[in-house]
Amino acid sequence: MASPALKTTHPGCAQSIVCDGNEAAAWAVALSRPDLVAVYPITPQSSLVEYVSQFIADGKIQAELMNVEGEHSVLSALHGAALAGGRTYTATCGPGLAFMFEPYWRTPGMRLPIVASLVTRDGITPQCVWGGQQDAMTMKETGWIQIYCETVQEVLDTTIMAYRIAEHHDVMLPVNICHDGNYLSYGVTQVDVPEQAAVDDYLGEKDVNWHVALDPLRPMAVDPLTGGAGGIGPSKFVAYRKSLCDGMQNALGVIEQAHQDWADIFGREFAPLVEEYRLDDADYALVTIGSMTGAAKDAVDSAREKGEKVGLIKIKTFRPFPIEAMTRALSKVRAVGVVDRSVHYGWNCGPLYQEVLSCLYRTGKTISARPFIGGLAGADLTEAHFAKAIQATATMWADETTIDSPIWLNEND
Amino acid sequence: MTTAVAQKTIHEVRLHGRGGQGAVLASKILAKAIAMSGLHVTAIPSFGFERRGAPVAAFMRYSEKPLRAVTNIYDPDYIICIDPSIPKAVDIFAGVQPGSTLIQATRHSAESLNCPEPITKVVLCDAVGIGMEVFRRPITNTIMLGAFARATGIVTMDALRAGLESANFRDAGLEQNLIAIERGYNEAIIKQRQGEEWV
Repeated sequence: MASPALKTTHPGCAQSIVCDGNEAAAWAVALSRPDLVAVYPITPQSSLVEYVSQFIADGKIQAELMNVEGEHSVLSALHGAALAGGRTYTATCGPGLAFMFEPYWRTPGMRLPIVASLVTRDGITPQCVWGGQQDAMTMKETGWIQIYCETVQEVLDTTIMAYRIAEHHDVMLPVNICHDGNYLSYGVTQVDVPEQAAVDDYLGEKDVNWHVALDPLRPMAVDPLTGGAGGIGPSKFVAYRKSLCDGMQNALGVIEQAHQDWADIFGREFAPLVEEYRLDDADYALVTIGSMTGAAKDAVDSAREKGEKVGLIKIKTFRPFPIEAMTRALSKVRAVGVVDRSVHYGWNCGPLYQEVLSCLYRTGKTISARPFIGGLAGADLTEAHFAKAIQATATMWADETTIDSPIWLNEND
Repeated sequence: MTTAVAQKTIHEVRLHGRGGQGAVLASKILAKAIAMSGLHVTAIPSFGFERRGAPVAAFMRYSEKPLRAVTNIYDPDYIICIDPSIPKAVDIFAGVQPGSTLIQATRHSAESLNCPEPITKVVLCDAVGIGMEVFRRPITNTIMLGAFARATGIVTMDALRAGLESANFRDAGLEQNLIAIERGYNEAIIKQRQGEEWV
């Protein structure tokens, strides 16, 4: 089942393989040495947990595998394991994530550094089993860190980095590594697999229940009742909530450091928060998220060849939102077209567009903006779609207008 | 005359088959073989419900340069069709570029395929016949990879064998599939368009 080695190419790299994003995530899990993995399969995540299960069966991962009856139990099992000091992993998406919601919502508040891949899938209904980021975006206000990957290599590397970020004592929060269903989950390409020893050094000793534990030698009340309007309740509740917010803000610097250290050891650099592509002399730019970005960069290059001064801003870390990095990038242009792979019902746009609007206020400048929505339910976002988005953004830049109604890129496909 | 395909720096392959024939597995094996041949490669299956017999497609790009776009393929220069009856069910020639090659599982002639003008080369392989001998079933996917290797020279047989060895075969053994790619390679018939004729 696992892919064969090709050749060793980089320092800290054990081998190159050809695999899809789901297998890449499974390799990352293997290298991160979890103690417990609990799974329930769901399209397009299924092959990921099949790979992980195979790796455990083969002895490549020395972890306990729990095949449980549903996603609610999956995350509940991980809670117990994390409280007992274990490193944990799962993956889910779409309706599975919805079924996981009750323990999912509790995880950040308990400060459990669980890593879970979201193999993003569009929301039902209408019925669909294909990719889209509606599932992950629906969860953006729950206190999980959310990081979106562009490539299969980035899925592998970032899934390992996620443990470093989650378990950092200034963070202690669960992390979702999001990779696009279909395009990344099943997209096959070459990836470098890091050396185990180098990953061990990078991640260091795990220490995940120093703050809250199920431990007979350290009996403590886990998740005590707080809040209300009297006694110590209100101040306790605020203390817990505020420290969670602080942990999220601390994560920004930790995510940057995790990427810097990764680049130093393994030679691969990824923009940790916000990537700027051909932006410095750009008049206007696209803003993208996830695997659509490759085709968008190709479209930017093609437009540049025709003399258009267009750049691209890609967001990688969506929660916590990198306000400063995004504001800095936006300040360089006079118009942006923001392409989302999900919708924001409240604002009739995409969620990324809504966040970008907030940052535009921070720039102190008048910058034109327009939402684009595409790639829903497995729809393809090609260079031609982005050429259309570039053209519409260029018009806005020339007219100095902002238009709030979204352009649905696959409307006529 | 330089064709559109000759000018492409990124080559695009579209593989057609039916659910259950292993088209997606074949595209993964081919991607591995192409990577072993030193090229950059991306492959992605088309998405549908897994239904035995339903038309499926898989897409692949390869290039000497790194590939960024993770998208489906609309203007292929190679079409691999691992099922003889699929051309009656879907337009396998959609978007095909001038100078393209069709690699078709068939026991019939090039003339019978009614290839449009842009197809200038066809590779015929009686993959069903070979499959019945090797597997005792009409399994054609790896046979057609052998035909692709013969037709294009992009992948070596060694690379194909290595790609094959990395796949887990549940129904048919590795031995049989190694024979299958060999026979696909040896028994492929290559025809070039010359005016109205295939020679």
